[in-house]
Amino acid sequence: MGESMESQESNARGGRLGRRLRIERLSSYWLGGAGYFAIGLFVLIVMSLVYQSLPLLSEYSVVQMLTSSNWDPAQNEFGFMPAIVGTIYVTALSMLMGTPIAILAAIYLAEYAEGRLKTLVSSFIDVLAAIPSVIFGLVALIVVVPFVGNYLAPAVGSSATGLGIFTVSLVMAIVVTPFMISLSVESLEALPDELRETSLGVGATKWETIKLVLLRAAGPGIFSAILLGFGRVFGATIVPAMLIGGQTHVPSSPFATGQTLPTLIVNDFGELMSLPLTQSALIFVGLMLVVVVWLFNFAAMLVRRRLQRRWQY
Amino acid sequence: MDRYTEQRLFGALARASAALVVAVMVLVVAVTIVRGGIVFLTDPAIAITPPGSRYMLEGDGGFLHAVLGSIFIVGPATVVSMILAVSTAIYLQSDYSSERFSEVVNMFLNVLWGTPPIVYGVFVLTVIIAIGARTSLFFGIVAIAIFQYPIMTRYTDEALRSAPDTVKEATYGLGATRFETALMTLRAALPGIIAGIIMGFARGVGDAATVLFTAGRSTNMPGGPFEPATTLPVLIFDQAMSFNAEVRSHAYAASFVLIIVVLGLIVVSKLLAGRYARYTPGGRHS
Repeated sequence: MGESMESQESNARGGRLGRRLRIERLSSYWLGGAGYFAIGLFVLIVMSLVYQSLPLLSEYSVVQMLTSSNWDPAQNEFGFMPAIVGTIYVTALSMLMGTPIAILAAIYLAEYAEGRLKTLVSSFIDVLAAIPSVIFGLVALIVVVPFVGNYLAPAVGSSATGLGIFTVSLVMAIVVTPFMISLSVESLEALPDELRETSLGVGATKWETIKLVLLRAAGPGIFSAILLGFGRVFGATIVPAMLIGGQTHVPSSPFATGQTLPTLIVNDFGELMSLPLTQSALIFVGLMLVVVVWLFNFAAMLVRRRLQRRWQY
Repeated sequence: MDRYTEQRLFGALARASAALVVAVMVLVVAVTIVRGGIVFLTDPAIAITPPGSRYMLEGDGGFLHAVLGSIFIVGPATVVSMILAVSTAIYLQSDYSSERFSEVVNMFLNVLWGTPPIVYGVFVLTVIIAIGARTSLFFGIVAIAIFQYPIMTRYTDEALRSAPDTVKEATYGLGATRFETALMTLRAALPGIIAGIIMGFARGVGDAATVLFTAGRSTNMPGGPFEPATTLPVLIFDQAMSFNAEVRSHAYAASFVLIIVVLGLIVVSKLLAGRYARYTPGGRHS
């Protein structure tokens, strides 16, 4: 009698253990699958973009398309030069405006700000990073566009409506700054306090400590933040589409209208469904974006790793 | 320039930069709220009025179709993305994968995280072309889910990483399986995970580039999962380009609604994170 009770109990226990192990095995399949999902998604994106670009690539040579400045999908002319120049213009200008401010603001947040003020400023920056880009575009339409069109462009002797490369760059600098700030603050705050104490202890001023010790030690992190910022501006879609003026020519001045690679996709999307070659061309633009942005990202990762080894304390 | 002047100069510059960034943020939010609030509050009904037949041309009716579209697209997308993101993060953090493999996955996740949203839009578009479908609400969900996935995984991963190791050790010590341990770690990291999911939701609500090519930019009420739809950011984008002043003013009203939702989500995310922190082992009191 007692024996059978015991065996029942051990059966029940064995059953429960079996159930736990079954759950364990099932969950390990599911979670393993989720782990592979990231890689699978990456591969799928590349393969599908490449596959759909093939019709275009089999008809035209890549070099010719990248260097031709004649973009007219209706006539089967696919020159990406204007959009490429426009993208480089916008990226370079906005990084030029955004980077110094981002680094200085990050230094302020990590090294100068204290207590309540710090919480307040950093939550302001979090909010700025979360505002949808379409809202930046809309606000820029009533604030930045008239300012550039009526004051800034005439002041440097150029006539413009206010829509154009410079406006886009300015707004993109605003969009990308909080993103670079929070990444830079992260890497500055990760530094051990001994670094600061040692440097101050041997008589350096606070700024000398920041300039010679902290920026160097946090350098890899800050550098990869900037490269990631590059990627952000490069692939920005909505703000350029709203503010660049959408004319496909090689821009003659910073205040000229133009086109970036993403806006090319947005503006010609309407015709896309009807012409297979145009469709393929716009997907090829997507492929170019992906390749360049991923190169930036991989570069950021490599540089980070390399500099971390070289610049460590 | 002696070192003290330099110190003062750069200290002032750093302060000025931070002040500039904060000022820009206040400007953007204030312009949106004031300008949009004027339009919206004079006629709040436009947010719950279906669009008229010539809405994009003449601005008759309201933009309920975009409000509903946003809910029907971003809601399911967030759920799908959350399940995938939490699973991936658990896989990376717990003892299911080798360290080297999780490094590889992390690298791909970082790259996906930095990928511009328009690429996801174009990718889903290639899928639509490949299977011969047409743009619809369903593909909007797919695109937004893919867009949110790396963002949420990153937040979840960070939250799990900051959960105290003692939770894991104690659970294993009691003879728990890996899955049970993972659940306990998940619970310890819950505030961060919830905050991350809400942030992912906010990003999804605000993104236009992914939905632009995939959901169909419809100007009618969403009819079903395989009918075209639109979301608020896409609607604002289209309205802002309109030639009709009435339609353009609706763009400000719509962006008022959008920014209130996004700001609300951020506040909720921060509050929830603080509130839950009290109930979890090792959680911060904030």
